[in-house]
Amino acid sequence: MSTGYIIGLIGLLLLMFSAALRKSLPFRWEFLVGAYGLILFLGGQYGGLFVAPPERMMGDVARILYVHVPAAWLAMLTYTLAFVGAVAYLLTGRDGWDWFTESATEVGTVLTGLLLALGAIFARPTWGVYWTWDPRLTSSAIMMITFVGVILLRTLITEPNRRALWSSVATILAFVNIPVTYLSVQWWRSMHQVQSTPKTMSEMYVLLLRVNAWAFLFLTVFFIVTRWRIAQAKAAADAPPPLPDIA
Amino acid sequence: MWLQQTLAVARKDLLVEWRSPVRMSSVFFFALALLLMVAFATGADTNTLRKQAGGALWLGMLLSSTRSLDQSFQAETEDGALEGLVLWPVDPRAIYFGKAIANTTVLFVVATALTPLCIAMYDAPIQGNPLLFFGFLAFGSGALAAPGTLYALITAQARGASVLLPVLLFPLVAPALIAAARGTTVVMEGDGMGDAPSWLGLLVAFNVLHWSLSGLLFARIVEDG
Repeated sequence: MSTGYIIGLIGLLLLMFSAALRKSLPFRWEFLVGAYGLILFLGGQYGGLFVAPPERMMGDVARILYVHVPAAWLAMLTYTLAFVGAVAYLLTGRDGWDWFTESATEVGTVLTGLLLALGAIFARPTWGVYWTWDPRLTSSAIMMITFVGVILLRTLITEPNRRALWSSVATILAFVNIPVTYLSVQWWRSMHQVQSTPKTMSEMYVLLLRVNAWAFLFLTVFFIVTRWRIAQAKAAADAPPPLPDIA
Repeated sequence: MWLQQTLAVARKDLLVEWRSPVRMSSVFFFALALLLMVAFATGADTNTLRKQAGGALWLGMLLSSTRSLDQSFQAETEDGALEGLVLWPVDPRAIYFGKAIANTTVLFVVATALTPLCIAMYDAPIQGNPLLFFGFLAFGSGALAAPGTLYALITAQARGASVLLPVLLFPLVAPALIAAARGTTVVMEGDGMGDAPSWLGLLVAFNVLHWSLSGLLFARIVEDG
């Protein structure tokens, strides 16, 4: 098994055990996962910036891929989690799923914003422009605006059950465009390269890309869980006080 | 039974439209104004306009569709008409499909009425198969109406949310808008490369996905909303 997979496996085990033992831990379980993600992030970025050799064609500019590619993967994964949360809410009606959908949507939108900003910075020296009407770029921007619409919808509805129901429906519809975004580089002629495989990259690139992807994953878990706690606390604060005991 | 209910709801909406065609005429003139504005904004060069004809037509349809969709539920939310409709033994999906069919019909009629004006103003005659052209108008209208009907219900029920309809709808229908605009332009130019059927295929797939998904989700919103 390669080092990249072992690093990820350790993180996943840490995630499972800390979540399972959350009641006996003296701190919130997600801090352990977040700390592991932060260590991986610092190590992965150091490796990407100072250890990895410059890319043969693009030189040092290509080092931005160590954040651009993980941001893209995690943005799509996080929106997929929001979709799962929305479907689960419609099936169960449990508030926890709504908070999860809300958290994943917001974190996914931050990641997509990061993806687009990094993509624009990367495009300037490689393509000569910050933005081009390429299918991948366009569909990614559309993906973000679609989910921003869902976030705006949530802010306008004050009644919690109605907000949860409508935003779940809007999240499911918004998710429909995600496969289009992912497959856009294969369906249409695009300047953006198609998905790479480890066979087409050097071992050092694959390792550092995996380390950074795991780092983004565990940091994303930390952010989603933290945002989930905020949503839970807000729901508790907004809940009406219990009726007085008249007996 | 279910089909009868769907057709009854569609007939009701179209009858309201027929007796007072304010919605259809205002949508038509709004789209027509947009066709003129696009030409003013981009310059009146004939070659440029000819290439933009399909895009301008669908941009007009997209922007004016929000007014049409918005209006389709305004009558239902007044005096609790929607609650009355839901209280009848009617399948909620029949309400959705009936209203979506009515909205598609309104948009298709507006698009068909706009076509000769677009051809004349942009000097862009249909050189390809006219049947394909009307296929794009029909499925393009359906693609706007399917998610639009669902979102119109949501935004009509939430106070101050009507401003959100374009924000929610436009990015969602972007693939359909691209397919409709590109396909329409290609047919107008004669479809020398045979691209039109693949754009129509994308539009049909979008319709199948959104009509079925929105039909399922609409029931939840009407029942719980």
